[in-house]
Amino acid sequence: MKVLINLIKDSIVYLTHGRKSYHIWMAFLTFLMLVGMYSYSLQIQHGLSVTGMTDRVSWGLYISNFTFLVGIAAAAVMLVLPAYVLKDFNFKQAVLIGEGLAVAALLMCLAFVIADMGGPARLWHLLPGIGVFNFPSSMLTWDIIVLNGYLFINISIPLYILIKRYQGKVPNPKIYIPGVMISVFWAVSIHLVTAFLYQGLQARPFWNNALLGPRFLASAFAAGPALIILVLAVIRKFTDFKIDDKTIRKIALVVTVAAQINLIMLISELFKEFYAPTHHSESAYYLFFGLHGKAKLVPWIWTAITMNVIATVILLFHKLRNNFTILYIACVLLFIGIWIEKGFGLIVPGFIPGPWGKIAEYFPTTPEIGVTIGIWAMGAFIFSMLARTGIAIELGKVKYKKG
Amino acid sequence: MSKEIKKWFSLNLGNKKQCACNDTKSNTTEDGFSQVFDISMNRRQAFKKITAGLLVGAGAVSTSCSVVSSGERKEKSQIEWEEYFKGNYKLMTDEEKQQTVDRLVRSYELRTGKKINISTKGAEKDVLFGYAFNISKCQGYMDCVNACVKENNQDRASEMQYIRIHEMNDGKGLNFGEADDTFYHEVPAAGHFYMGTQCFHCDNPPCIEVCPVQATWKEKDGIVVIDYDWCIGCRYCMAACPYDGRRFNWSTPQIPEQEVNKEQHYLGNRLRKKGVMEKCTFCVQRSREGKNPACVEACPTGSRIFGNLLDPTSEIRWVLANKKVFRLKEDLGTEPKFWYFMD
Repeated sequence: MKVLINLIKDSIVYLTHGRKSYHIWMAFLTFLMLVGMYSYSLQIQHGLSVTGMTDRVSWGLYISNFTFLVGIAAAAVMLVLPAYVLKDFNFKQAVLIGEGLAVAALLMCLAFVIADMGGPARLWHLLPGIGVFNFPSSMLTWDIIVLNGYLFINISIPLYILIKRYQGKVPNPKIYIPGVMISVFWAVSIHLVTAFLYQGLQARPFWNNALLGPRFLASAFAAGPALIILVLAVIRKFTDFKIDDKTIRKIALVVTVAAQINLIMLISELFKEFYAPTHHSESAYYLFFGLHGKAKLVPWIWTAITMNVIATVILLFHKLRNNFTILYIACVLLFIGIWIEKGFGLIVPGFIPGPWGKIAEYFPTTPEIGVTIGIWAMGAFIFSMLARTGIAIELGKVKYKKG
Repeated sequence: MSKEIKKWFSLNLGNKKQCACNDTKSNTTEDGFSQVFDISMNRRQAFKKITAGLLVGAGAVSTSCSVVSSGERKEKSQIEWEEYFKGNYKLMTDEEKQQTVDRLVRSYELRTGKKINISTKGAEKDVLFGYAFNISKCQGYMDCVNACVKENNQDRASEMQYIRIHEMNDGKGLNFGEADDTFYHEVPAAGHFYMGTQCFHCDNPPCIEVCPVQATWKEKDGIVVIDYDWCIGCRYCMAACPYDGRRFNWSTPQIPEQEVNKEQHYLGNRLRKKGVMEKCTFCVQRSREGKNPACVEACPTGSRIFGNLLDPTSEIRWVLANKKVFRLKEDLGTEPKFWYFMD
């Protein structure tokens, strides 16, 4: 316990000191968070009417980001398995970063869900014991369980390892390996359950699709590791933390395979929707071509698909992939492409056309975008703190001093 | 919650026992909420003590406020506090229901000086409500919509409407995609026919299963209701409804005080707040008193028929027996209690 208090004290000291670029970065994030908080205060005051959502399109940017970030959280931990179990030391450096990313992504998920709620003050109605928890009937309750469980696992494992390292001891694999195994299975479950949230709605044919869950996983294992590569690139540049080229190449391989599977699934979906179009293909028509002159999402989805295809093609060739500059570009393309495709490219068309064929379009408003940016900034802020502390302990810069 | 999820069953109107109602009583004992709240009334008292403590503290801070108003203010915050911590209506005892109704009535009185009446009348035995809509007769006059808005205290600012009237094109059949549900012109327009949709009070409603807090459920008389104070506003039910039957309060509902319908029901037309769901309740405040819903009463053409499906002599049963009735999106297995027919 004393060790933990000291760890927190030391890391606070460490976190508040750094070079100028670090301070500017954190100040910038704080500014964005303040923008987000101001936007959220508007939403609290006036209600969700300040967003672009309506009775016709009742989920928007918040739930889109939530869905995407669940994938990021899940994918981050898929790097854990080879590192700890297959004793692949190249991955090991990435793992701490990956778990930090998972924690940050999960906190962002929870923030997005709360931002989307009409009555955040009544959230206690969910708590088992004092509220009513509609388990197992509602998939949302499953999601709450798996997300919080995953958060707990991903905080406790790195914390254990870091505390041991902090004291200069070697972490006992017998203690953390079972946790790691659980977290890998759990990672699959959080994303599958989140997909089931949409997949289980017979009212929305666009989501009511057996491929949704597997496709969620494939796109997550492309976008998540792509983000990790980018983060590792930044860490390599700005810290003394040594990351081998080999590590990045291996992660790039994961990204490549996942991006290919994702594209195959996309082709399968497109075939189903457009070869023999039924009444249920209208949402897909709206998304890709627009319906009755309403086509707000069309430029977005084609941008996303172009990005995905270019990135996947780049990754396919060893020569291009092994050139790090090109690899980073491919990762950026893939990340943004999947963010669009699995964000509002998935959520919004679910509501268009509406149950009676009404086409009412959705576009986020300024306060909504403000809140979204604020939450992303919060995630980056949390991740910066976690990663910096983790790296400092790994490098032995922050050590436990007895007495 | 060991609620049996029944999919793919049909309404058997001949057999009263098979009304497929949720037995809410059996749920009561299992639920964590009721366990905590039933056992420990001291929890309630604890809340009260905390309230009192806060009030003393708040009072000490705001000594500048006048003595006269502080009594009412105290009562107001006391009500707000107790309202915040009240439970799910479905799990309340009769006494708790009465207490919350008293608080709501008093709260309205404190705000406006007017009295309202909030009923907690439950479902009656051997009653299962159903609805039939005559497509041949409807002319799109929208009197049902107006009556519904007034009866159910719907938000005037956002022009919320539970009922949608779809203007369909003759010769195109039931083509909702080409229909217009926001028309504003003289009716009946040539070459068109009209069809209304609202909450269909499904016997197997997808909306109630997805609610994470059981803020919406099916009553024994088949009405799907919402506890407005228990809803957390996640809008999952809205995504789950295949019939566009649900509405959300995106901001605080605005109703001029003199237009507020003061004959209310806890699960029906009582005033809502921002950030919660609402929808058609078959005018539970009227139907449980033996009256027709406002839309049925207001319809000038007699297209709307409402009644007890378990009463063999009811008009709705006659329609079901003698007309070629159909329901919308039957392939989804939701079993709506809302039929359409033509003359």
